[in-house]
Amino acid sequence: MPDTLDFEEPIAALLKEIDTLNAQPATDARNREIEALQRRIQTVRAELYRSLTPWQRVQVARHPNRPGLEFFIERLFTGFTELHGDRRFADDHAIMTGFAEYRGDPVLVVGHVKGAGGDTKDKIFRNFGYARPEGYRKALRAMRLAEKFSRPIVVFVDTPAAYPGIESEERGVAEAIAVNLRDMMVLDTPIVVIVSGEGGSGGALGIAVGDRVLMQEFAIYSVIPPEGCAAILWRDAAKKVEAAEALKITAPDLLDAAIIDAIVPEPPGGAHTNPAAAAALVDEALARTLADVCAVTSVARHDARYRKFRSMGRLGIDFVDGE
Amino acid sequence: MAWFKKTKKPIVTSAKEKPSRVPEGLWVKCPGCQQAIYNKDLAANLSVCPKCSHHFRIGAAERLRMLFDGDWVEHDKDLVSTDPLRFTDTKPYRARLKASVESTGLKDAIITATGTIEGLRAIVASMEYGFIGGSMGVVVGEKITRAIERAIDERVPIVIVCCSGGARMMEGARSLMQMAKISGALARLDRARLPYIAVLTDPTTGGVTASFAMLGDLNIAEPKAQIGFAGPRVIEQTIRQKLPEGFQRSEFLLEKGMLDLIVDRRELKQVIANALGFMGAVKAPAPAAVEEAVATEPAPQA
Ligand SMILES: [Zn+2]
Repeated sequence: MPDTLDFEEPIAALLKEIDTLNAQPATDARNREIEALQRRIQTVRAELYRSLTPWQRVQVARHPNRPGLEFFIERLFTGFTELHGDRRFADDHAIMTGFAEYRGDPVLVVGHVKGAGGDTKDKIFRNFGYARPEGYRKALRAMRLAEKFSRPIVVFVDTPAAYPGIESEERGVAEAIAVNLRDMMVLDTPIVVIVSGEGGSGGALGIAVGDRVLMQEFAIYSVIPPEGCAAILWRDAAKKVEAAEALKITAPDLLDAAIIDAIVPEPPGGAHTNPAAAAALVDEALARTLADVCAVTSVARHDARYRKFRSMGRLGIDFVDGE
Repeated sequence: MAWFKKTKKPIVTSAKEKPSRVPEGLWVKCPGCQQAIYNKDLAANLSVCPKCSHHFRIGAAERLRMLFDGDWVEHDKDLVSTDPLRFTDTKPYRARLKASVESTGLKDAIITATGTIEGLRAIVASMEYGFIGGSMGVVVGEKITRAIERAIDERVPIVIVCCSGGARMMEGARSLMQMAKISGALARLDRARLPYIAVLTDPTTGGVTASFAMLGDLNIAEPKAQIGFAGPRVIEQTIRQKLPEGFQRSEFLLEKGMLDLIVDRRELKQVIANALGFMGAVKAPAPAAVEEAVATEPAPQA
């Protein structure tokens, strides 16, 4: 995987120039030239990222260096203790959960893990973030624990999809997701969801019912991967760019549709270019949001959570009653 | 938009008026046993092959006719998608909607209605595969949710007959969110201790399976129906091998523990009625008795 994406061609060219200069003997003039080029890269990158197309956002959301759950845990939480297994069949490695402290208060953390960028072994261990039924059941088991002790839940969503394999179907991945959707709606504790990478259809939604749903600026959230949509509707997987456009999967699109509550900005050039800054921005949004949802009574929160999802599909906007 | 609620007269649909959706022509070749069946015989047998019991796919109205004792009252009949994404693939979504409206006579892929099943008052939501593959967009999600909320308000059981390829791509993430919306309404139905029976027919896949289809107090399937989450082709591409015979069929799911029972269509109504009886549903009073009960209540004071 190269350091740059295909649409970052101008940046790749500048990086090449820096490489060439680096190969020359070090002089003050050369160093100044490198610094100038680096500044130029930042400007070009910020410019590019100001007007990304939906397909380009898909590429950014899937970037191997994009900060994932493990990075957020390290940056935002202290004393993370991982909890394993669904107590029925196995421990799924594509969904991780555990308790930790967030700004001094105990919380439960749940999220998908795709595996560290460039580490193929880890990616395989994590099944590239494709969770099996056990993952969804483990998540719910842990969330019930949080409910029992009135601890808020913070969810990070980043998955291509639930794992489409024989054993997934045999062990009821559909049932596992369905039960989570139903039970998370009435779970009696605050839930804040952050879509931090790929929100891959049911596999994402299966842990993403909450009081607030935040989305990182360049994350995506879709009913089907653009490639799959292109293959079915266009009968040509190469139409993924058109499908990404048509499906309206970007954070601004979903904010317009009232499917998410807020967009968490990313550093110019995307979270993968500056994970620490990206984590700080998530931290800021999370602290504010968590305080908000913890401030209301359990009854009011339950009602608001129901109404939030109940009103997805708006009368007079998304559908009408009669001609 | 008007601030007042439009009051609507209930639309009573006669069980006799609806056209049968058995294939055109005098004869049909059964895909199960390859034999020619007289269309009238098929229709008289609830679209089940009299020779091999192959279950032909049936339309939403035919399903209601089969489950209800007689007439039913349809709900939310006029909900229509606005095509919120202005979606176009090789064809505009609007054109697909229009073609489906013309071919099915419905405005979207579901009918929701109240009637009686062996004398038990119940709401049935019945999906129509002929309408964009029975796919679930905002209208399907809204109609099912309203049906569940109505069941809670009126304290009656609900039966949802699934027949769907899953969430409707042309409405994007809005379709996906219907899964959460419906499942949330079902959580409330659970708390109200009201019966919900999911009937899974061929096919029940994708986002429909991963939400309400799997959440019944009972999950009942018709024989040999395709039921699953991921599509078989997607799975084959992932695992790079052929899927075993019978994978994702009702019998496979029953063996794996995902279904309560598989029921032949010709016995479905009776089995549902028995289950509703177990769950405490009571016979609806005759219409005359209802009017009397209302009439004897003291008139509200002005
Ligand atoms: Zn036959």
